[in-house]
Amino acid sequence: MHIVKLILGIESSCDETGIALYHIERGLLAHTLHSQIALHNEYGGVVPELASRDHVRYAMPLIRSVMHKAGCSLDEIDAIAYTQGPGLSGALLVGSSVACALAYTLDVPTIGVHHLEGHLLSPLLSKPAPEFPFVALLVSGGHTQLMRVDGVGRYTLLGESVDDAAGEAFDKSAKLLGLDYPGGALLAKLAQNGTPGRYKLPRPMLHSGDLDFSFSGLKTAVLTLTQQHELDDQTRADIAHAAQEAIVDVLASKALSALAQSGLDQLVVAGGVGANQLLRSRLSESIGKRGGKVFYPDLEFCTDNGAMIAFAGAMRLSSQPAQRDYRFNVKPRWDLRELNYAD
Amino acid sequence: MKILAIETSTEYCSVALWQDGGVSGRCELVGQKHSEVLLAMLDALLTDAGIKIKQIEGIAFGKGPGSFTGVRIACGVAQGLALGADVGVVGVCTLQALAEASGKDKVIAALDARMGELYLAAYEQRNGVWIEVIAPCLCRADAAPNVTGEGWFGVGSGFAVGGEALQARYAKQLCGMDAQAVPQAAAVVRLAAGEFVQGNSVDAALALPLYLRDKVALKTSERTA
Repeated sequence: MHIVKLILGIESSCDETGIALYHIERGLLAHTLHSQIALHNEYGGVVPELASRDHVRYAMPLIRSVMHKAGCSLDEIDAIAYTQGPGLSGALLVGSSVACALAYTLDVPTIGVHHLEGHLLSPLLSKPAPEFPFVALLVSGGHTQLMRVDGVGRYTLLGESVDDAAGEAFDKSAKLLGLDYPGGALLAKLAQNGTPGRYKLPRPMLHSGDLDFSFSGLKTAVLTLTQQHELDDQTRADIAHAAQEAIVDVLASKALSALAQSGLDQLVVAGGVGANQLLRSRLSESIGKRGGKVFYPDLEFCTDNGAMIAFAGAMRLSSQPAQRDYRFNVKPRWDLRELNYAD
Repeated sequence: MKILAIETSTEYCSVALWQDGGVSGRCELVGQKHSEVLLAMLDALLTDAGIKIKQIEGIAFGKGPGSFTGVRIACGVAQGLALGADVGVVGVCTLQALAEASGKDKVIAALDARMGELYLAAYEQRNGVWIEVIAPCLCRADAAPNVTGEGWFGVGSGFAVGGEALQARYAKQLCGMDAQAVPQAAAVVRLAAGEFVQGNSVDAALALPLYLRDKVALKTSERTA
């Protein structure tokens, strides 16, 4: 049997082209990322067609760059993992077509990886790494979910946003404050100059008793504030402060409840919003107090990246047979629970 | 020389193999399922010919214009194949592939570009060489560029959707048409073979689409203006 050791990972589900090379024994050998943020900035959001156009320009140079950095040749690759979904269908098709055509030519198996599984497992790429089981808080521009992770392919959804994702709440609030897209990180920076307590924004569903989230009302509240006040620099900073406080408050509170309800003491934070420093300090402090531990992926693995795809592919291939199936159809919508291994 | 070609710019999916002048190929109507069938078709074609992918010396692909997603699939697969096999690529314009397959010498090729527009080009074959008379462009049927002289043959789906307007536009200059013709890998590989022989192949990273339509979204500044 073909033993899979060296895995090339290709991520192209949204606005970042990520390529990585992961070795089962030696770990992550190299990874590289091309972000399209500047491209979409002028449009105020991700334009799917432009995203696809960019992926097809960058896939080859990035693959070559990773092979070069790792000092490996293509013939050494044992399997190719690619993001099969969920995401933008045209963007996913670029990565999947390159991945499967390359795998076909190299005569190696492929594995289609679920983007969120990549995020869920990404903290395992950092040291110290959490051990199963843990609770994962997945927070990005597209997702806000609390998940119980008992192992690879053993996921239980504990709660999720019923409307906007947390990252969306950050970005939309930032837009209302006149910040460039995507403004989440800029809002966090602006909030540093804000006056604590000048504005109080709602914490939707904070006391709903379940682990679901809602962020669309927050955006409306921010809109109302921006309409009611003259937006001088201090006011903008104060609103940014209040918005960040509200989002982080809800995320931290629900994450704590998830740990309490599941009886686990390890929380893993994944996804782009996981880079938010206030969220990190709030979680570390409150979970530390109750003897738990919080794990964050390294900052470079918080955003979309190829390393998490190569890694998730490696984890999958260690527990299921590798397939030489070169159909590269993608799954723009894909429920993570479909991935669960049968008990 | 052995060259492999793929063409996925329309609802058809086709592959072709060039072996020193001989061409074999496959073509299927697949709708939007190119990703599910393309590599299997290609594998079957090679198996039938008794050839391994690593024996291929060049990859040709239909670079567009056509369906954006379809053309990108061709590019992505061409990139992956060429990188893995360490060979060069040649991208062929889908409009020229239509001209090549028409069997005529003076061809106006047009494909439906949706949104009331066409992708259009005209080619004339002299001494076995195709001359580009109208470079590939995006236009409305009633504003298609002029050609000179008569005896032009119209091919492609553009003559189905913009048929009346194109006939009015070119009137007596048109001697006939085939609106059902689609760009196929067999024509792509014949055109590409000449380019490979002349050393005009490029690196895998340059297997990129010819879109023609570049305005696909409005910038924030344009929306508020």
